[in-house]
Amino acid sequence: MSVLAFAGYYEPWWIQIIKSLLIFSVALGILPLIIVYERKLLGRFQGRYGPNRVGPFGLLQPLAEIIKFATKEDSRPVTSVGPLYLAAPVISILTAVAAFALVPFGDVTNIFGTRVGLYGVDPSIGPLYVFAFGAIAFYGLMLGGWASGSKYSFLGAMRAAAQLISYEVSQGLALIGVIITAGSLSLTAIVHGQGGMWYFIPQFVGFLVFTIASFAETNRSPFDLVEADAELVAGYFTEYGGTRMVAFLFAEYLNMMVVSGIAVTLFLGGWLLPFGLHPPTWVDPIIVLAKMMVFITFFIWIRATLPRLRYDQLMSFGWKILLPLATANTLVTAIIVVAVHK
Amino acid sequence: MSWTPGEDQIVVQRAPEPGAAGGTYRAFGETLRGLKTTFARVVEGVHTIQYPEQKVPVYPRFRGRHKLHRFEDTPDGAGLEKCVGCSLCAAACPSDCIRVVAAENTPEHRVSAGERYAAVYEINISRCIFCGYCEVACPFDAITMGHDFEMSDYNRSDLIFTKEMLLAEPLEATPLRTEGE
Repeated sequence: MSVLAFAGYYEPWWIQIIKSLLIFSVALGILPLIIVYERKLLGRFQGRYGPNRVGPFGLLQPLAEIIKFATKEDSRPVTSVGPLYLAAPVISILTAVAAFALVPFGDVTNIFGTRVGLYGVDPSIGPLYVFAFGAIAFYGLMLGGWASGSKYSFLGAMRAAAQLISYEVSQGLALIGVIITAGSLSLTAIVHGQGGMWYFIPQFVGFLVFTIASFAETNRSPFDLVEADAELVAGYFTEYGGTRMVAFLFAEYLNMMVVSGIAVTLFLGGWLLPFGLHPPTWVDPIIVLAKMMVFITFFIWIRATLPRLRYDQLMSFGWKILLPLATANTLVTAIIVVAVHK
Repeated sequence: MSWTPGEDQIVVQRAPEPGAAGGTYRAFGETLRGLKTTFARVVEGVHTIQYPEQKVPVYPRFRGRHKLHRFEDTPDGAGLEKCVGCSLCAAACPSDCIRVVAAENTPEHRVSAGERYAAVYEINISRCIFCGYCEVACPFDAITMGHDFEMSDYNRSDLIFTKEMLLAEPLEATPLRTEGE
């Protein structure tokens, strides 16, 4: 229970269970909508409708696709390493959901006389928790690529690992500026610290670096070299099919949601609204979701706009531009904070 | 007239290579420009034509599924067929997909306006190349190219169109492009 130490109270065990079920169902319920949203918006960017045949406005398209994937033959290569091959998608999706538990959708509220925090957990180590689970998520795709027993999968996994490790550094460093400014690692405390001004204004460079690194971390265009669907076979999940491949894809979109949630919490004021608006508490989760959707829209917009980078460009951009920028941002923030609080 | 190579030389002028700051600024600016370009496509709207519901109208001279014609002014309403079974269309057909078997008209059984009529008139649509030579060859304008292009089917045998099918009006009318559209 030590992870809840900062909240100053202990939630009953049954609230924990309800919250975890709710988070799992909300995350996996929004996911298909985001997939449809992405495909429809991408269509608009290209002057077409996107899926609009299955169900009203094509909203049932992911359902149809899941049925299609679930009824596929359950095959795997002879050369694959059985248990690891089966475990890899599970690791990917579990770590993504676990990281999603951190996103705060609101403050601690009174629901029928019980004090409930509108988040999964609020550990005193905050963003470190996300990066810890992000690091475990690497195992999902690396094991998947290696255990497939195929050259393409293995090469894809190596590319993915190199890219993710390079950009995780800048992503983590970009957050340190925010943490220094807020003086806390607890995500709710960071949101409370943004009452005066959202952190993306004083930490604009950090926000920029975090956003760019997030594109690379979630394998989104223009950093989607891991899959590079137009020029490679699917990368680390080449040998996967059916529901296991869907698990990898779901994990990717879940990571996108996690990253948007973290960006909203750390830079865009979480459940706070600008101009002194104070809506009732039950609106808070809707505000957070709306801000996440704005961020995801930006993801899709970028995907529709930018071409894919070359691999050497990816590496030199990550190490030569983003990392120095993130380091400089951290240093300057630290110096300013120390100078102001003297 | 002799060719002097000096006239064809092109002087390539390159801007100076931007430094790190200049390059970053330029890349950032170009990214924003790209974002503007793609967003303009959203504002512009959708260009898709929802095919089975909406159809692109065809031009008047579009060569689609063939039609056989009847005279419209005969008193008994049904109208005599224009085709006299001369087989000129079959002779003109480059892909040899028309089969005509002629029979004599009798006073009791009069089908066409001429001496003979087409007892069998079949077009194998799966072989037809829609060149329109049959239409050109016909001396009585009995066969013309229509505007319908939706002729796919599940069996090859269903693609052999008989005389009754070619005489009948198509089930769904294909939209025709109006003047200036």
